[in-house]
Amino acid sequence: MAVTVRIPTILRSHVGGVPSVEASGSTLRELLQDLERRYPGFGGSIVTEDGALHRFINLYVNDEDVRYLGSLETAVEDGDTVSILPAVAGGEHT
Amino acid sequence: MSEGAPFTEEQVLRYSRHIILPGIGGAGQRKLLDSKVLCIGAGGLGSPAAMYLAAAGVGTLGILDFDRVDLTNLQRQLLHDTDDVGRPKVDSAAERLAGINPGVDVVRHDTALTSENAFSIMEPYDVIVDGTDNFPVRYLVNDATQMLGKPLVFGSIYQFDGQASVFLPGPETPCFRCLFPQPPPPGSVPSCAEAGVFGVLPGIVGSIQAVEAIKLITGMGEPLVGRLLLFDALAMDFTIVKLRWDPECPVCGKAPTVTKLIDYEQFCGVPSPPSAAGAPGTTAAPGEA
Repeated sequence: MAVTVRIPTILRSHVGGVPSVEASGSTLRELLQDLERRYPGFGGSIVTEDGALHRFINLYVNDEDVRYLGSLETAVEDGDTVSILPAVAGGEHT
Repeated sequence: MSEGAPFTEEQVLRYSRHIILPGIGGAGQRKLLDSKVLCIGAGGLGSPAAMYLAAAGVGTLGILDFDRVDLTNLQRQLLHDTDDVGRPKVDSAAERLAGINPGVDVVRHDTALTSENAFSIMEPYDVIVDGTDNFPVRYLVNDATQMLGKPLVFGSIYQFDGQASVFLPGPETPCFRCLFPQPPPPGSVPSCAEAGVFGVLPGIVGSIQAVEAIKLITGMGEPLVGRLLLFDALAMDFTIVKLRWDPECPVCGKAPTVTKLIDYEQFCGVPSPPSAAGAPGTTAAPGEA
């Protein structure tokens, strides 16, 4: 089952610089586990050590915030697009 | 200018393309002329936002920035010229904006935004445009606009990615804290100075902020309320995701727990400078985006 995961610029170094990757799994957690296997370290930027979603990272399945679906247990289907949204502040800090 | 005052001949010509435009018209242009907008930050986002808002005839345009123009700004901050390096940004911004439209009353706020001055600075304005560069000020601007009941036009950039949204005050519509309840750990998000930023990116996101401010003022269209625009310049992709109001939000939720401005540097885990001038609290810098 292939789901497209869109990778924001800030996390692209984990995945070889590409803007999106395909991942497999039936839930968001399985998708992230798949990505962590293939790109070690990627999962830690999304999920806490306790296995919860970081509060400064939002995940969307298609256009829905997964916090209002099933969080990491949200089911994903072939053809879905997952977007990762990290909090970014803006420009230079002086 | 009093409401309903007739346009001058110069105004009829200057704003003719808006006045004939369905959706703006004479009534919308009058609203723009009577409006007051505060741009927080005269950097990458604030440049196009302020320039388009000045061109559109926003009556009073506040520009808040404590910083001076640096050579590294000029790759993206079109408010400032090469000759302006070393000058206060509010001064070069005011000159550029007066050149675009001398009819605009540009108010210079040559200061950092703090928990102490935020209310008094923002109070006269109808719409706040956030072009800041760091998390403490982002949360400060969000909380202050919610508490003052002012609409906030949000924009943010990182390398090649941009975000934009509109946060209305009050419950039922989301604010920045509904989107990001907590800031990332300090140091986990590199700044533009460390990570670089594509120079055109703030031009696009700041222009979108100008669009949203004008829509809020004129009442036309559907503002980005409850929606977050994600822009990827490399993929040239615009995506909109849904933003939900969080009933548990500490600022705009059903039972707010943050009811006055706090120390936002502490909230964001940023150590306060040991010899910060003035009262303790947020003295974080707006500006460079």
